[in-house]
Amino acid sequence: MSQFDVATAAVQAAIDAGARYADARVMHRRYESMSARNGEIEELSQTESAGIGVRALVGSSWGFYAVPDLTDQSARAAGTQATAIATASAAVPGPASALIPAGAPAVDSWASPCEVDPLGVPLSDKGDLLVRATEIMREHGADQAEGLYQIWDTGKWFVSSEGHRIDQRIRECGAGIAAIAVGDGETQRRSYPSYRGQYGTRGWELVTELDLLGHAAEIADQARALLTAPQCPAGETTLILGGEQLALQIHESVGHAIELDRILGWEAALAGTSWLDLAKLGELRYGSELMNITIDPTIPGALGSFGYDDEGTPAARRYAVRDGIWVGVLAGRDSAAVAGLDYGGAVRAEGWSRLPMVRMTNVGLEPGPHTLEEIIAATDDGILMDINRSWSIDDRRLNFQFGCEIGWEIKNGKRGRMLRNPTYTGIGPRFWNSMDMLSSEIVAWGTPNCGKGQPMQIGHTGHPAAPARFTNVRVGVRA
Amino acid sequence: MSLDLASQVLELVRAAGLTGEADVYVERETFALTRFANSFIHQNVADDTTTVWLRLHADGRTVATSTTNTTPDGLRTLVSNSAAAVKHAPADPGWPGLTPPAPLAGEPGFDEATADADPAERAERVRAFVAATGGLTAAGYCRTRRWEVSYANTAGQAVTSRSTEAAIDGVARHQGSDGVARQASVRLADLDGALLGTRAAAKARAGVDPVELPPGRYEVVFEPTAVADLLENLAIWGFNGKALAERQTFVELGAAQFDPSVTIVDDPFASGSPGLAFDAEGTPKRRLVLVDAGVTTAVVHDRRTAKLLGGDAVSTGHALLGGGGLGAIPVNPGLLPGTGSSPGAGDNPVVDPAAAGLIGAVERGLLVTDLWYTRVLDPKTLAMTGLTRNGVWLIEDGKVAAPVQNLRFTQSYPQALRPGAVKAIGPVAVVLPGELVPRWSRAPALHLAEWNFTGNASG
Repeated sequence: MSQFDVATAAVQAAIDAGARYADARVMHRRYESMSARNGEIEELSQTESAGIGVRALVGSSWGFYAVPDLTDQSARAAGTQATAIATASAAVPGPASALIPAGAPAVDSWASPCEVDPLGVPLSDKGDLLVRATEIMREHGADQAEGLYQIWDTGKWFVSSEGHRIDQRIRECGAGIAAIAVGDGETQRRSYPSYRGQYGTRGWELVTELDLLGHAAEIADQARALLTAPQCPAGETTLILGGEQLALQIHESVGHAIELDRILGWEAALAGTSWLDLAKLGELRYGSELMNITIDPTIPGALGSFGYDDEGTPAARRYAVRDGIWVGVLAGRDSAAVAGLDYGGAVRAEGWSRLPMVRMTNVGLEPGPHTLEEIIAATDDGILMDINRSWSIDDRRLNFQFGCEIGWEIKNGKRGRMLRNPTYTGIGPRFWNSMDMLSSEIVAWGTPNCGKGQPMQIGHTGHPAAPARFTNVRVGVRA
Repeated sequence: MSLDLASQVLELVRAAGLTGEADVYVERETFALTRFANSFIHQNVADDTTTVWLRLHADGRTVATSTTNTTPDGLRTLVSNSAAAVKHAPADPGWPGLTPPAPLAGEPGFDEATADADPAERAERVRAFVAATGGLTAAGYCRTRRWEVSYANTAGQAVTSRSTEAAIDGVARHQGSDGVARQASVRLADLDGALLGTRAAAKARAGVDPVELPPGRYEVVFEPTAVADLLENLAIWGFNGKALAERQTFVELGAAQFDPSVTIVDDPFASGSPGLAFDAEGTPKRRLVLVDAGVTTAVVHDRRTAKLLGGDAVSTGHALLGGGGLGAIPVNPGLLPGTGSSPGAGDNPVVDPAAAGLIGAVERGLLVTDLWYTRVLDPKTLAMTGLTRNGVWLIEDGKVAAPVQNLRFTQSYPQALRPGAVKAIGPVAVVLPGELVPRWSRAPALHLAEWNFTGNASG
């Protein structure tokens, strides 16, 4: 029995039980991770997870049921149970839900690009890389030296009651290293290439290109130097953000804010809502005219890329913010119908046992006209911050405080002293409206740890970003 | 049944002629969550999943593998894949060995009715919560869970445990104001949707038209929902044996780091609180005092972090599945309630009953319902930033005076609990659910001398 046969049996059972729409995803995922610390392997883990998740729509509510057993009998039972769960929701009913039209249901296959199968690279080679990187950091003064890689190899088989029949194979991997220096009263951390590492829908070539060994000494030296660097001053100044930190800024203060389920109140209890009002879609000024944000799951190799989302909607590029005006959202077929929009395409689930929901794909900036060096040269007095260390934002995605691993004074167009504990705070649209310079040096940063939903799901998202400059930003922490 | 599964896998390991050490952890989780928003059930999910984890250690190398395929073929594949991987795995000089045979110290709470709860029973709690808000917009969930776990290893340890959890977490929303109520228990029958909905709605109604206060240091009364955040972050970053070994925690064993009124325990057997009797390495859990009358007395360990720290450190039964990078973390932390008499229970429906007795002693301060998006600025000092959420009120002359807009804070958690900084601890601890991983806090209300708010709604 093929995976498609299993999914088809589940969908048919859900429909037979009374659902007006049903879909099913069979998923098979292999995951491998290895971590090293101070020159030794800390953990090697290989997991394999397979199962089927069935979604049934009855009235206003989704019912969802998932099992790891991929037999015909089990799949049919799961479909029946999904409909029964949706039916139980009638005790607290809402307005009847609709789905925007799917168009011609896709029958297709898709695979992410992969030059070097990451699971095929010998464990000893991968281990040697992490061990040596952490050894170098220790040799350069790190009290703790960490290295980590992660690999996901996922097969999906999607069937819907409307005729979808799509299989996808998505391989993702990435890695990162970090040096930690421990002082008398605090710790300092420097990571490469970012706090979480860099990830994409690519093969092991991504990790090779990172050149972890070539950057290990520098970050260890910086972590130790940060212990005695001056504290980031408190006050208002011109702020230059490196691309990695700007990716985090986009993720938190744009990506989540434009999730349509949040805007509609569906996530109000935990993740929160959004400051955005649908009535102002197409006219609200989100930021300066330099701000062009796209929703683009078609970027080859970016972490939020796919061929089809988990509702079978083909990947498509669209603007979220154009010339500073809010013009688009991340949506699914049900939320789009409620909002009166005609597109979905951003619904994904963490795995087979979780309900698909609105998630970021690749949400990021289009390039600007400058370079980082030009931005620094054009700044008389300011601070450059890079590499995210902490992140906190309110439940409407307005009031944020972000901390970075490292900062530098910018004086008279030149990079000056290193600063420790740099933080900045602001209100989303006010901050984005102050962006007056943007670099062309775009990198599609991958975020493999985005939490959302109840039960909590961890999503993988991508964020093209480049260095940019913002004016009159509050930095440092009030006493 | 699951111990049979663990034994089967060990038998396959032996039959394959594998030398060295092996352990198997099997978990069957039956999970269901009925979720509501805009006052109706919009998502309703369930799954029933058994996962088998196998660790092999041979010739100085270790690999941890898992599968959800529990058919005979699936288990054979798990063993053969593990055997192949361990041969090529890097050396693991930190391998701490397997847990020796040891009896369990107790049995966590389990409730058959909760284990077998159906969607209609969860929907009924949701209906009651929504109805009790009296027409406000409601959102949240009611969930039930059942765990059956087993562990067996080649050193002879073989144990099983089970537990159940029920939880309701919901907000009521009114004119831009949110109020929350949440609670967890071993028993679904303990959870009163109407009571929780009424409490959330009272907060939402009383939070309309909040005033903006300037940043600064304020005396505060934290309700249990806010105190749970303190406990969770102290647990993850502070009482973590790996962090102690790496000098990345504020913890100094034997030092009076907290107010004498503070006693914190990790207890998987606490009444009404879900938990499991052993950890991912099969080490039995027990009630562990982390802070005794203000003196830090313990951190938690798995076998690897205990070896890392050395000395007389031993595993305390806090190994996490796949959590080697995090170290060991308390998952049942509790702040023991205050023992003094309540200074006068209030009847203001805005105030959680668990905090009512603390308000009267505040001349000017803030009542904080919940903390949100708290993140570590520095693990060594446990300096955190985050925001208030779901209701803040100004307290003047012992009474709730006015709603306040949410505030951002930057505050070292252990500093906020330092000797002399804790004015009172409420008389009742509430069991509260965690979100990302199975974790429960037992939190009373807390009256603190000061809390450093560093931003307001204006920025």
